[in-house]
Amino acid sequence: MLHFHGFPRRVPKKDMAAKGKIIIDQSLCKSCELCVTVCPEQAIRIAETFNTKGYHPAEFVVELCRGCGLCATMCPEVAIEVYRG
Amino acid sequence: MKKVFSRPQSLKQTPFHYCPGCGHSIIHRLVTELIDEMDLRGKAICVPPAGCAVLAYNYFDIDVCESAHGRGCAIATGIKRALPDRFVFTYQGDGDMAAIGTAETIHAANRGERITSIFVNNAVYGMTGGQMAPTTMIGQKTTTSPFGRRSVVEGYPLKITELVAQLDGAAYVVRTSLATPAKVIATKKALRKAFEVQLEGLGYSLVEVLSPCPTNWKVSPVEALRYLEERMEKEYPPGVLKDVTKAAQKKEG
Repeated sequence: MLHFHGFPRRVPKKDMAAKGKIIIDQSLCKSCELCVTVCPEQAIRIAETFNTKGYHPAEFVVELCRGCGLCATMCPEVAIEVYRG
Repeated sequence: MKKVFSRPQSLKQTPFHYCPGCGHSIIHRLVTELIDEMDLRGKAICVPPAGCAVLAYNYFDIDVCESAHGRGCAIATGIKRALPDRFVFTYQGDGDMAAIGTAETIHAANRGERITSIFVNNAVYGMTGGQMAPTTMIGQKTTTSPFGRRSVVEGYPLKITELVAQLDGAAYVVRTSLATPAKVIATKKALRKAFEVQLEGLGYSLVEVLSPCPTNWKVSPVEALRYLEERMEKEYPPGVLKDVTKAAQKKEG
């Protein structure tokens, strides 16, 4: 059995101002955690609440995002919108 | 802030029926993004398979003609010959394209039909519950090979992309993967080139996409990506297998 704990991560730069934001449609989320794994800033986590499908949806931590869009690239449910600026 | 990424217009608002972490929905998004970007929405016709992606017509906001199991390339041939100005592509899984539809695929490629095939390879029959497919790797456990596939009994994995690459009618044959965001972006580039090859009328184009199937591999979605990268990419190395456009450029130069 494989044990995989995510791709290598950089240390989040918490002192920098957020350059981007994402909007997650939590009703579409199926809690596959791919966005959490690929996010270089660890700006996404899995919520403790349930969505209407019964999954724990991904939720956005506002301060850290820089709008790279890797989460949206990997999201199988196309549930993420990315804003940058 | 400026919106830099949102749902493609050609992708309907319907929620996907695929399992968590499935690669099909990523490929659906890439295809619809390209249809938007290349302005093909009015003339694209998709031929979906029998398999997990059988309900692709629920998601693609373009014309779709369902095919019998494995006959995608044959039906796409008919559509393309009747309507040569349309953009016709098949969307097939490994059970559809490499098992029951091998003859149709090989002969459509050999005739050099001006169609594009998107071949989603996840090494199992996904829809029916994870049975062994022709593309299942040696040693891989499935419900019909519970001790792992053995070459003595079940034979070797069928590499249909390599077979198609040998045919003169094929213009662009490439294998890509969905294991990391960079590879997803590379997959989109490969799909764009395959679409352009068809629009230029150069011949048959085939894009094999190695795709995760966490449910039938019995791993988590994140572990499935690692399995894809460490195991499947060894058996099926990604890369361009045939590209006549490059050869054509060299001849001119």
